Amino acid sequence: MILHPGIIALLVGSLIVLALLLYGSVLAVVILRRWDIKSSSEFQLGLERKTYLVSTIMSFVLGFEVLAIFLFIYTVDDLHRQFVGAMCATGSLNANPVGWYVLYVKMLLFFISSLWIGINYVDQRTEGFPLVRFKYGMLLLVAPLVLVDVYLQSRYFLGLTPDIITSCCGALFSKEGGGLSSSLSSLPVRPMRYIFFTVLGLYVLAGLISLKRQKGIFRGLMGIFSVIVFLISLASIISFVSLYFYEIPTHHCPFDILQGYYNYIGYPLYGALFSGTAFGLLTGFTEILKKLFPSLEKINRYQRKWTILSILFMVIFTLISLYPMLFSSFTLEGY
Amino acid sequence: MIKHLKILEFALSSLWRRKFKNLGLIVVFSLIIFTLSSIVFLTYSFKREAVAVLKDAPELIVQRLSAGRHEMMPVEYMKKIKDIPGVGKIVPRLWGYYYDISTGGNYTVMALREGLQDKISLMEGSFVVGSGSCVVGRGVADARFLDIGSIMPLIGADGKVRRFRVAGIFTDESNLLTNDLVIIGEKDFREVFRIPQSIATDIVVQIYNPTEVDNIARKIKEALPDTRPITRREILRTYDTLFDWRSGMVLTMFLGAILAFVILAWDKATGLSAEERHEIAILKAIGWETSDVMELKFWEGFIISSLSFLTGLIGGYLHIYFFGASIFSPALKGWSVIFPEFRLVPYINIYQIAVLLFFTVIPYMAATIVPSWKAAITDPDVVMRG
Repeated sequence: MILHPGIIALLVGSLIVLALLLYGSVLAVVILRRWDIKSSSEFQLGLERKTYLVSTIMSFVLGFEVLAIFLFIYTVDDLHRQFVGAMCATGSLNANPVGWYVLYVKMLLFFISSLWIGINYVDQRTEGFPLVRFKYGMLLLVAPLVLVDVYLQSRYFLGLTPDIITSCCGALFSKEGGGLSSSLSSLPVRPMRYIFFTVLGLYVLAGLISLKRQKGIFRGLMGIFSVIVFLISLASIISFVSLYFYEIPTHHCPFDILQGYYNYIGYPLYGALFSGTAFGLLTGFTEILKKLFPSLEKINRYQRKWTILSILFMVIFTLISLYPMLFSSFTLEGY
Repeated sequence: MIKHLKILEFALSSLWRRKFKNLGLIVVFSLIIFTLSSIVFLTYSFKREAVAVLKDAPELIVQRLSAGRHEMMPVEYMKKIKDIPGVGKIVPRLWGYYYDISTGGNYTVMALREGLQDKISLMEGSFVVGSGSCVVGRGVADARFLDIGSIMPLIGADGKVRRFRVAGIFTDESNLLTNDLVIIGEKDFREVFRIPQSIATDIVVQIYNPTEVDNIARKIKEALPDTRPITRREILRTYDTLFDWRSGMVLTMFLGAILAFVILAWDKATGLSAEERHEIAILKAIGWETSDVMELKFWEGFIISSLSFLTGLIGGYLHIYFFGASIFSPALKGWSVIFPEFRLVPYINIYQIAVLLFFTVIPYMAATIVPSWKAAITDPDVVMRG
């Protein structure tokens, strides 16, 4: 184990959050089993009051998860100096491969968290709390995921010993290697570029149309599209977007852009992509909920807001990735 | 939006009405943050200092090992290293430690070699080391009350005292590197320590392509199995791990203090006075929702933690960079009779702040969630009657 301040902060924070979440889950189970909005018994009143507590706990927990993913990635990036052969977060993650799962779980948690916060937001503003059961059912799915996250994260950090010789991004994200990461890197640049910008353009277009016309189908499309945009964007960052930031045609690392040497450009880049995707998902997901719970008519107002935010973030993401392509002297014409 | 601001305003005024109750909490919270931020700042500055000092260090140093211990290096080893492609200039180094009985300090004694003048140029006097003269660091000069032209005696391996005239003294700027340094001529060095011509302490290897360092280190190890090549990256990594470990240690020790603080915060938040309960009851009676009261409580916590956080952070910053980290440096720095005095270069980034937030504000917020909910669900009816 490495006693790095960031690691201790993450572990301590995760344990606190886990304790709160378990408490919240116990309350959620009671609410799920005994909830009856029509009853005017004292017990139901108590439950209604407890929903405030659970919502607050959840907002806290999920807010924490959003911050934690950034702290995690920065800590991992900061750790690379302690491993032979590591030059960025890739090296530190390879030092103990469990780290990759931590990253995936944290990403999943980020999206589920933002969905939950959005649904809770809607529910609290709707008469009769129609989504209570759904919400707390979902909470019981989040809790094990956080538990897995805490477990994997502890295993990752506890299993790290400096001096392990790890392979770095140069080896993992190079065209010669095997596995998913290198096949992503070897995606041909030119078609990839067309796909990337087309998909982003289509997404923004779908968003704009759904703003203009109050048809549910476009909102649903946005939800599905946001996932596709997210995946294609990640692939594109590895395939060609990162190259423009590094100005090296062979360096495909998705983590190096987070470093100070590249002005931390990765943080706004990923921040915009993740936020845009989260709002898109939320728009699509609540569209399904609207079909299931007819009393959610007021939701349209919020969906509109989310759609605008999603478009905004995606445009920011596009602009950041476009910037070095337009304004640096580096070109990929020969590749 | 305007509603949230109004609640914030109300929170500010309600905190102000109970300033003394909250002041205690803010003081304790600030102290905790002060301590933790001092540790984090100090660690980062040490790491940066190490990087800055080692910037000019050689890419690769080759030492000889015998029975797992550092041994003197035969100069003929240089030939074998020279044959490895990619290797530039090879310079043998002569250095050692000297225990000075009269001051109780350990000096680092080094023989002059070519290129050394370019590396450490900061000094008063002149860097001319002929036979019988020397250049000393500020710490050595202070310990022995030396001035330019004074005599610095060294007792040799044969027990004879040799006298060296001080030709120059390194200035304070290069303190970290030169504080305990004494540089004498190569011939003098061999005489004082009785070292034959055929051996050196270790060898500095210049490598043309920095990406080849590890490769060449491996080749040297293969060609000369009894040597230990040390790369600069390795030294840096060791410092990094060391300081992280030290600060992690200290932070872990302070977890108990954080826990105590969390209990204090919990206690303060739970123990509502009758007056406060009354206030919340009235708020609810005039139409505040439970969520509004919780928001009020959130803002109160937010104000307390941001105030304490800023106070503690600024305090920590001043402590480290203006008062030389007087409280913590013994634990984190190390000690020696002749220890360099150095001013740390201020360094602060978002990551340090994020780590501190995770350590302090998140436990505090977590501790106050349940109490503030308890306060928020107060039944106006019950309170006002009772």
